[in-house]
Amino acid sequence: MSDVKLSTDEVAKVASLARLDLSDKKKELFAGQLNNILSYMDKLNEIDTKDVEPMFSPVEHTTVLRKDVIIKEHTRDEILANAPDSDGQYFVVPRIV
Amino acid sequence: MVQFETVIGLEVHAQLKTNTKIFCGCSTQFGKEPNENVCEVCSGMPGVLPVLNEKVMEYAAKMGLATNCIINKKSIFARKNYFYPDLPKGYQISQFELPICEHGHLNISYEDKSGEPCKKRIGVTRIHMEEDAGKNIHSVAENASFVDLNRTGVPLIEIVSEPDMRNAEEAVAYLKSLRSILLYLDICDGNLEEGSFRCDVNISVRPFGQEEFGTRAELKNINSFRNVHKAIHYEVARQIDLIEDGEKIIQETRLYDADKGTTHSMRGKADAHDYRYFPDPDLVPLVIADEWLAEWQAAQPELPAERKVRFEEDFKISEDDADFLTAEKDIADYYEAVLDSYNEPKKVANWIKGDFMKELNQSEVGLSECKFKPEMMATLVEMVDKDVISNKIGKDIFNEIFTAGLDPAKFVKDKGLEQNSDSSSLEAAVDKVLADNPNEVEAYKGGKKKLVSFFMGQVMKETKGQANPGIVSKMIQQKLS
Ligand SMILES: [Zn+2]
Repeated sequence: MSDVKLSTDEVAKVASLARLDLSDKKKELFAGQLNNILSYMDKLNEIDTKDVEPMFSPVEHTTVLRKDVIIKEHTRDEILANAPDSDGQYFVVPRIV
Repeated sequence: MVQFETVIGLEVHAQLKTNTKIFCGCSTQFGKEPNENVCEVCSGMPGVLPVLNEKVMEYAAKMGLATNCIINKKSIFARKNYFYPDLPKGYQISQFELPICEHGHLNISYEDKSGEPCKKRIGVTRIHMEEDAGKNIHSVAENASFVDLNRTGVPLIEIVSEPDMRNAEEAVAYLKSLRSILLYLDICDGNLEEGSFRCDVNISVRPFGQEEFGTRAELKNINSFRNVHKAIHYEVARQIDLIEDGEKIIQETRLYDADKGTTHSMRGKADAHDYRYFPDPDLVPLVIADEWLAEWQAAQPELPAERKVRFEEDFKISEDDADFLTAEKDIADYYEAVLDSYNEPKKVANWIKGDFMKELNQSEVGLSECKFKPEMMATLVEMVDKDVISNKIGKDIFNEIFTAGLDPAKFVKDKGLEQNSDSSSLEAAVDKVLADNPNEVEAYKGGKKKLVSFFMGQVMKETKGQANPGIVSKMIQQKLS
């Protein structure tokens, strides 16, 4: 099962959805790497998992909750200080519409 | 001509009334300065970890219980990936596989187009928890967009229905019923205009008898029940027109324009809906303990459907009245408070359905700020009931005492509006009316018995509405017999 599972076109589409600008060379490279990973998945698929509960996370503990209590540790200035651009009130970004 | 059937499914986003956001300790308070309620978690800084607010889980589960859902013992969070500046992480944390609630239903009752009462069961596919996005302001002049993240991370539940509705009446009845339950549970404001209760309408048409669904459009941006109605009517006509012209319906998101009453395509990119959901590794699975579920179940308040049945049984009022009075929790509370002071359920119901609702709808304030307290309402109904004032006077003064919150007993006394049952003064008024209208008296004696109401009206005018109608009516008939 070493046939191509993911074309370079599909890699290009996923890249554009993730806002990544890839050169053709990189598309080829990643298509190859991703196909290797998918082939390995085929190997895993050979195992019968009929009675195994799906695992969504390798972390074993569950149900971490917080109380519904307000906490404010940082001022607005401190939060906005990390932004590339702000006017002291808003985050400022290139116009979107 | 092919007859078409409409198929409607609804997605409701309800903002939950928690103190803090879904995954961080920021306040959810509305109307703060921009970016005042923002921290490193909800602004999407690298390396931070979201932690679920326990109230969000509780409220979502309570809504699930109220809509007959199965509460999944285990549920997980997923990332819904898309880029927009009001969602700084580049994904929305939502639920996809294993949502908290599934497989519920809601019984609705409504009147169809011809006014016939109908009942129907609508399936609730799922309820899941997710975070809200922020708000953007766009400036052409500055060629920039300004982002306020105060709303980013405010908790939402999304309630998804089965495509079980077949017309606008059913869709609106379902939405009203959901909203009513949210208000009874006290977990959401239910304000459509301010966006704490948002509904997206999935709608398609198909020829009658066809199994398969037609291609659907998703309508957004609808901020009142009346507009839900209008948007559905417009969209159904648009889709049928296209099909009859031999054109294809495109699956797309369309925005409702309230001013024009039309819908138009968002013209999004083709891949706008490619969200690439996957389990969020930052959040561990949520496992709901049996004892929590038992606790929530035990703490469920009386819900609209139960209250309606109790009203019908205990107060012996009609199903219609019970429906009306229990649809909004605060109206039902008000009604019961009036009955505490004056226990005449049918008479109180009539006043609330009539003059009271008219004034309440016209005033800009909600019932919580209403100055006309239940005891005042009780006094008014009792005064009319016991012939202290006439029904007409009660209606005439209602606007004034309602608006200012005045004690009806004192108001009536101060203005001298008590009903006149004094037979000598009433007799004088009756005599005057009969003397002033000889032609009508003649006609009455000639057999036009209906004229008694004309004489009644004239006597009421003469006595400024204060005459006791029972006494006057008897008097007129005696004098003319
Ligand atoms: Zn925060």
